[in-house]
Amino acid sequence: MNPKTIKWIIFVIVLSAIVLSVYFVSLDRGSFRDGVFVTTAAFLTLFIMSFLYKDNPYYKFAEHLFVGVSAAYWMTMGFWGTMVPNLVAKLWPGSVRGVLPALADKDPSLWFLIPLFLGIVLLMRLSPKGGWISRWALAFIVGTTAGLNLIRYLRSDFIQQVNNTILPLVDKTEAGISFWGSFSNIFIFVGVLCGLVYFFFSKEHKGFFGGAARIGILVLMLTFGAGFGYTVMARISLLAGRMTYLFGDWLGLIK
Amino acid sequence: MCGLFCVWKMLKLKVAIFTLLFLLLSCFSAVAQTEEEISDTTASEEPSYRIPKLAPVTNLEVQDSPDDAGGEIELTWKLSADDTEDNGLVSKYVILRSQNRTSDFHIVGVANHQDTSYIDKGTQDGTEYYYKVVTFPKYEGEVRLTREEIDPLMDEFPEFTELGIKDVSMLAEYDRNLAAAFIDEILGISAVAGPVKSSAQWFNSKDLDTFIIGLVICTSVVIFIGLARGGRKLFLRRIGGLQAIENAIGRATEMGKSILFIPGIQDMDDVQTVAGITILGRIAKTIAEYDTKINMPVSRSIVMTTARETIKEAYLSAGRPDAYSDDMVHYITDEQFGYVAAVDGIMVREKPATCFYLGAFFAESLIMAETGNSIGAIQIAGTAMPAQLPFFVAACDYTLIGEELFAASAYLSGEPKQLGSLKGQDVGKVIAMVFIIVGTAFATLAAVTGSETFLEITNMIKSWFSA
Repeated sequence: MNPKTIKWIIFVIVLSAIVLSVYFVSLDRGSFRDGVFVTTAAFLTLFIMSFLYKDNPYYKFAEHLFVGVSAAYWMTMGFWGTMVPNLVAKLWPGSVRGVLPALADKDPSLWFLIPLFLGIVLLMRLSPKGGWISRWALAFIVGTTAGLNLIRYLRSDFIQQVNNTILPLVDKTEAGISFWGSFSNIFIFVGVLCGLVYFFFSKEHKGFFGGAARIGILVLMLTFGAGFGYTVMARISLLAGRMTYLFGDWLGLIK
Repeated sequence: MCGLFCVWKMLKLKVAIFTLLFLLLSCFSAVAQTEEEISDTTASEEPSYRIPKLAPVTNLEVQDSPDDAGGEIELTWKLSADDTEDNGLVSKYVILRSQNRTSDFHIVGVANHQDTSYIDKGTQDGTEYYYKVVTFPKYEGEVRLTREEIDPLMDEFPEFTELGIKDVSMLAEYDRNLAAAFIDEILGISAVAGPVKSSAQWFNSKDLDTFIIGLVICTSVVIFIGLARGGRKLFLRRIGGLQAIENAIGRATEMGKSILFIPGIQDMDDVQTVAGITILGRIAKTIAEYDTKINMPVSRSIVMTTARETIKEAYLSAGRPDAYSDDMVHYITDEQFGYVAAVDGIMVREKPATCFYLGAFFAESLIMAETGNSIGAIQIAGTAMPAQLPFFVAACDYTLIGEELFAASAYLSGEPKQLGSLKGQDVGKVIAMVFIIVGTAFATLAAVTGSETFLEITNMIKSWFSA
């Protein structure tokens, strides 16, 4: 695309944004400033959606803007949301009096020298000769998290699953044996066992074991199918949300 | 004539006496009636706050909460006699705490009626505390007093200010003096219990089952790692997606295009990212040997550092350290959809021949996998996120499902630690299968026969697996 065309496109977009902002104000939906913000957000939505057609300069513009703004946002959040309250305020409470007065009067906690040390060690990665030192901090992060998660996963993905799978294969109710209740329990029992067989890596999937594994993967696929449909419905609702924004919040066509 | 006069005089006297008596009676009657009327009027204005004095809770016991990390004290009591399930008089139990047996009690919490316990979670370890429980009546009226009227009451009864304005103002609906009487005459105040101190315990006995199961699995892992290190060949079955990795790299080499590697959007504290980076090590080595290009956009700075380290080592072990460049791994943004927008842009502009998605993914999985599919790349995915697996299964050529991701990591690295870990996990699966089969058998027998013994055995097995 030649530069002259790009200039024209930018001119048309800016002009459209101004016209639509004025239209927004004329509908008594807010100030001109609000109109500019809402119109800009709507234009960016359209730019991103244009990717459905193919890659284009509008998408590139929205993409780079999004990446740049979000990277800066997260960096700022990381500093003011993590570094300052969780490290600076803990070690030197008085220094944050201007920004976090609630934390300023607390006693310094020297325990936080440990994360400070590990943070510095992690930054040794920038040193050409001392890069290996950063591995110690990394090992601490990975090891600690693995240890903490072990208990969580053991409880939720193992112990609780075993507990929930122990069900009577015959579901007896006051009215007699419930066919669908029994079917459901048998399905869960067979499905869980075959699923476990599929994820058993110490034996080749052959013969009876292979048959059970095939049932296991079949059950998994059924689950995935249900999950796919469920999530697609959620995505449709996100699309509906964007459409409501465009036609309702922006253009005022939906009340 | 004289006789008539005398009779008349006597009659007049009697009439006068009777008249006087009648008048007196009338007066008494009127007075009595007025008093009765006044009495009736007073009765009709009788306020509705006449609530009988509530029975306090009994057997109030306090103890340090067992199996906790400190800072908690557990209170138990027997219900007030007025707290019945049907139409009881009690609305709640107000928990008061003090560091002094006789005074300075303040409210630390409220338990619902029919509750027989409460855990005070705001204690300082090592400090002695005293408790009492106040039984509070049901009251559904509404009172509107001004702030000027309420504040003196609040000052007068600081123990109850925390109950809220409505409750305190309710006490003074008709008579300010009632407030004082209310505390003594209506609320059921238990005996003081204590002193008690909270403390932390080293061992949580409630998690004994988790400890035993974890110990068995970890011991298996350690034993298998020992066997692998000792040279014992540990068998692992082939994993479908892994066979395709080398072919996919070969295809990219033949086409002269790059390989895109996405390690998910989680940090290095997620075990899926760790597994993805481990597989990256093996892939990067093959890439170095084939002299192909790899492009790895990441959304976490620590992942970037680790990935650079991993690829650098892989290139070194392949004898191609000169071909390595830090630019192979580059940071985009921590923002989920900002990252996706950038990765999609890279895909459609660079058109990589192969895309790897190995790690933890969320809503971005389908967007990336669909874009990769649209450019005709061979796609190999692996994640343990159940909600995202359907999308990878639908849009990718090969998918490592759940634990296959970790197995692939062990399989490719061939490290004794990872192999032993995987075998140890297989032991865990055998344990799970055995207990599911045995537990289900007893549960079925209990349902069919109605036997209490089978039911008890089932419940016992289930209790071993209660998180």
